[in-house]
Amino acid sequence: MNFPSRLVEDAVTEISKLPGIGKKTALRLVLHLLKEEEQTTELLAKALFKLRAEIKYCKHCHNISDDDICAICSSTVRDKSMICIVESSSDVMAIENTSQYYGLYHVLGGVISPIEGIGPSDLNIDSLLERMAGNEVKEVILALNSTMEADTTSFYLTKKLKNFDVKITSIARGVPIGGELEFTDEITLGRSILRRVSYE
Amino acid sequence: MHLQNLHLLSFKNYEHLDLEFPKDINCIVGANGVGKTNLLDAINYLCMTKSAFNYVDNQNIKHGDPFFLVEGEIDSGERKFKIHCSLKNGRKKSFRLNKKEYEKVSEHIGKFPCVLITPYDTDLVREGSEIRRKFMDNTISQTDKIYLDNLLKYNHLIRQRNNLLKYFFENRTFDQDLLDSYNEPIIGLGKSIYEKRNAFVEEFLPIFLENYAFISDEAEPVALTYQSHHQTANFEEEFRRNIKKDLQLQRTCMGIHKDDFLFEISNYPLKKFGSQGQQKSFVISLKLAQFQVIYEITQNKPLLLLDDIFDKLDDNRIAKLLELVSKGTFGQIFLTDARPERSAVLLDNMREKVAFYNMEEIIPGT
Repeated sequence: MNFPSRLVEDAVTEISKLPGIGKKTALRLVLHLLKEEEQTTELLAKALFKLRAEIKYCKHCHNISDDDICAICSSTVRDKSMICIVESSSDVMAIENTSQYYGLYHVLGGVISPIEGIGPSDLNIDSLLERMAGNEVKEVILALNSTMEADTTSFYLTKKLKNFDVKITSIARGVPIGGELEFTDEITLGRSILRRVSYE
Repeated sequence: MHLQNLHLLSFKNYEHLDLEFPKDINCIVGANGVGKTNLLDAINYLCMTKSAFNYVDNQNIKHGDPFFLVEGEIDSGERKFKIHCSLKNGRKKSFRLNKKEYEKVSEHIGKFPCVLITPYDTDLVREGSEIRRKFMDNTISQTDKIYLDNLLKYNHLIRQRNNLLKYFFENRTFDQDLLDSYNEPIIGLGKSIYEKRNAFVEEFLPIFLENYAFISDEAEPVALTYQSHHQTANFEEEFRRNIKKDLQLQRTCMGIHKDDFLFEISNYPLKKFGSQGQQKSFVISLKLAQFQVIYEITQNKPLLLLDDIFDKLDDNRIAKLLELVSKGTFGQIFLTDARPERSAVLLDNMREKVAFYNMEEIIPGT
C-alpha cells in the first residue's frame, strides 16, 4: 500500500498491530481522525496514555482495577468464602454480566503450556495459595476455558489445593440455551448425557 | 459411495482439471510424470483431509501459485455431498462439507472412507514403527471418531510433556505436581488407545490372514502381532519410574506412541526373511483387510485407489485382485497405469463398466 504521507503510514502501522484490524481498516480510522476535530484525537491519545500509565491490577485477585484492591475484592456484600478461578479479566467481566455469582475471583493470567514456555511460576498461582492460607475460603470454582492447556492447569491447581480444606468445583459444560441437539458437537453432547441433572 | 466429479486448481502438477467419474471402474492412464498419482492423491485429500504422500500441505500447491483447491461431489446413496478443500499459502487449511466449514478438520475423517494401495506400501515392512502405527491409526480413525480425538489429544500432551522435560533439564528444576498433571491424562488416554488398538487387531487379524491365504495361494504361515509398553504388568508404575531416563533424553520414552506391529512369516521377521513377493502379498493383504474392516464396521464401501499396481505386481497377484473386483467386492475404483493397452486387456472381461482417462490428452501441453 502506498501512502501520501510518512505520518499517515506510521499511524497505520501502529493501529494495524491491534487484533482484528488490517491495513485497510487502520487507514480508514486514520483518515477518520484527520477529518474530525483535533480534540477527538487528543482525547483518544490521552485516554490510551492514561490507561497504560495508571491501570492497576488488584493485589488480591489480579483483576484490572483503578485501585490497589479492586471493587469486587473490597466489596462488603460479596461472599468471601468462594473464589472463582479464571484465565483473564475478560472472563471476570463475562461472569459478572451474568449477575449469578456473588463470590470473589482470582485471575491466573493464562494457562500452563510448556510448548509456549509458560510454567506455573509465570501465572498467579502462588498468590492464590497465599489467599487460601487464610482459611476463609470454603469453595474454589474452576472456570477455565475448555482447552487441553486449561485442563492441565485445572489438574495442577487441584493438586496444589489438596492440602487445604476446601471444596473444589468446576463450571458445568453442556448444550447452549437456544442450541439444537443435532448441531451440538458430539463430545459436548456425550458429556451432557453422561452428566445429566435431575429435572426440576 | 460414488465420487461423481473432481475439480482441481493449482494442485500439484495440475493448473486446472475437471473430471466426471462413473460409478464403477475409472482407469487413469498416461506417461510417467503426467500426474496420475496426483489425481489419486486429490481424492485422498477429499476423504482423509490430507495428502497420502506429502504431509506438508503447502508443498502440494503448484509451484509458484498462491493456493490450491480440491473439490468433489460424492453421492452416498442417500444424499449428495460437496466437499471443498483449499489452502492459501500461509493460511489455515479450509475444509468444507456442503459449504459448511469444519471447526476441526479431523471431524471429516471417516465420513467418506478410502483405501489406497500404492507401490510405497512395502515401506510398511521395511521402515520404522511409525509408518505401521500410522496405517493402524488411519484404519481405526476411519471407523471410530473418539479414537482419533483421543489420539490427537494424546500426541499433544506428549509434546507438552517433552517440552516440560526439556525445561526441567535446562533449568535444573523439577515439579512433581506439574509432571503428574501430564502423567495422569497421558496414562489414561494411552490406556484407552491401547485397548482400542488391541481390540482392533483381534478383529483385523482373521480378515488379514484370510486375505493373505487368498492372495498368495501359499501355505506358509504369517502372523501380525501387536506390541505395546502397556502389555507390561505394571505399566503405570514403569512409566513413572522411567522419569530419570525421560529427563536425560528430554522426551517420553514409554507409551502408545512407541507401539509397533510385528510382521512375521514362518515365525521369522518378514522384513529380513520374506521374499519381495511375500512382502508384497503381505502388504496387499493388509490393505484389502483394511478395506473389508472399514466396510464391515461402517457398512460403507471405501473408495479404492490403486496406484500403478499392474506395473508393480506379478500376474498371479493381479489375477487375484481382479478376481475380487469381478466378484463385486469393491465399490468405486480408481486405478492408474502408464500403459493404457495393458489395462485395456486386463480389464476387458470385467462386468463393470470401465472408463478410461488419458491424462496426456486431458492436460494439453504434456
